[in-house]
Amino acid sequence: MYSDKVMDHFQNPRNVGEIEDASGVGTVGNAKCGDIMRIYLDIDDNQVIQDVKFKTFGCGAAVATSSMATELVKGKTVFEALKVTNKAVMEALDGLPPVKVHCSLLAEEAIHAALWDYAEKHGITIEGLEKPKSDIHEGEEEESEEY
Amino acid sequence: MGEEKRLIYLDNAATTKTAPEVVEAMLPYFTELYGNPSSVYEFSQKSKEAITRAREIIAGSLGAKTEEIYFTGGGSESDNWALKAAAEAYRGKGNHIITSKIEHHAVLHTGDWLEKQGYEVTYLDVDENGTVKTEELKKAIRPTTILISIMFANNEIGTIQPVKEIGRIAKEHGILFHTDAVQAFGQIPIHVDELNIDMLSSSAHKLNGPKGIGFLYIRKGVKIRSLIHGGAQERKRRAGTENVPGIVGYGAAVERAVRTMEERTSKEKELRDYLIDRVLKEVPYTRLNGHRTNRLPNNTNFSFQFIEGESLLIMLDMEGICGSSGSACTSGSLDPSHVLLAIGLPHEIAHGSLRLTLSEETTKEELDHVVESVKKIVEKLRNMSPLYEDYMRRQ
Ligand SMILES: Cc1ncc(COP(=O)(O)O)c(C=O)c1O
Repeated sequence: MYSDKVMDHFQNPRNVGEIEDASGVGTVGNAKCGDIMRIYLDIDDNQVIQDVKFKTFGCGAAVATSSMATELVKGKTVFEALKVTNKAVMEALDGLPPVKVHCSLLAEEAIHAALWDYAEKHGITIEGLEKPKSDIHEGEEEESEEY
Repeated sequence: MGEEKRLIYLDNAATTKTAPEVVEAMLPYFTELYGNPSSVYEFSQKSKEAITRAREIIAGSLGAKTEEIYFTGGGSESDNWALKAAAEAYRGKGNHIITSKIEHHAVLHTGDWLEKQGYEVTYLDVDENGTVKTEELKKAIRPTTILISIMFANNEIGTIQPVKEIGRIAKEHGILFHTDAVQAFGQIPIHVDELNIDMLSSSAHKLNGPKGIGFLYIRKGVKIRSLIHGGAQERKRRAGTENVPGIVGYGAAVERAVRTMEERTSKEKELRDYLIDRVLKEVPYTRLNGHRTNRLPNNTNFSFQFIEGESLLIMLDMEGICGSSGSACTSGSLDPSHVLLAIGLPHEIAHGSLRLTLSEETTKEELDHVVESVKKIVEKLRNMSPLYEDYMRRQ
């Protein structure tokens, strides 16, 4: 069902983890639908992404697209990173099954959300960057319920 | 072939291995005794007799009469037939049907379809263990209720329903009672008279028989419309040349299931409980779905908090372990399993479910390997999970 590339990034995801005091953090998706992605960016004074980490709750494709997205933006400037589309992520993974295309959209959105957070924190505007659509902060308490 | 490469098949609720003795019983009906049972010559009588024999075995196992067993193309067909044809036949009496929220889609989607045809369908809630509340059932009954359809045991979480009580209630009110026993038949002794069952669905491939053959038990006297119109097969109620090898295989599978039931299920129960105990004890933030004890002998169903089921399944598959999940990704929709939602699980916990269903061939040693794999994989996925990260931060 998945390409070898997807399986590779699922089995050996690159850049899993957290960054303390990250320049920007973005979390998108929601637990209800079964996909949540969080991207941490460490951006230097020249607006170059020095480091990037992710955490993902989701299916194989969700993990693989997050992993690939982090690879694609690492070392890029924020403007270059903004141009990493879901298509680019999919192509780099040799494609996704049609029902999993939304995972690549989520990866793109997660990058944008992290960039948005960075821009807000630093009081700058990044041309072409729109406020990310989904944000799960309100729903966060729910999943910790004991049962 | 090293240790890793072996297959550990723990998805016996999805389907089972066709038993070698079943295949052997079937083979002559492909190659030698291929006559059409409806033909008059002696050669074809052999096929006809084989069908009769299988029907007798099956009827006998249920305490039913042979003429009450109607062969179909499987469990889904039996469920569709029971609901649609009974609804139509009893339209004069009323238009209300009662079923539950945890039925298989073969019943649920047939219910949806009947609603579009002008029937009213009540979908009963279940408690946190997945048991239908009989008090709710009583309250749901109306003068226009013509059919109660409640499954014998659930295919996802294994919970066994209070079928005897439901049968009694149905009888008291003069309402037909259908049960989807696709998962239960062959695992739990069933007697249709003692349980007041009027119709019962079953499917051979769940009990080491072949795929694509099922039956519907229809109590004598129950009015029911024909499903397939055509020849006179199955007392004109389900036309079409019989699947003779399938029926023969079904008979052999039932004969075998009855013969081995006690020993097989007591062994499975022991291993099931062993697996449940180890997983609950050794994997934190885990729950068992379904009733702790009143469940199918071979069923386990867990939810691992903070992780998603499909990734868990793929990683288990890489270790040669076959299981299933109620996550949205595996159901092909955006919502996780309707059964897990019906027992009250929040979406994100329903997404993280894993069903492992044992067979008589399952060994303790295999389960030990599975527990170790599950522990390792769950930990790996949690370390990747933003939900786990948030939870740990709050601790
Ligand atoms: C409870 C239940 N009902 C019906 C079915 C459908 O049976 P079949 O696959 O033979 O159509 C299944 C099998 O998945 C089942 O578990």
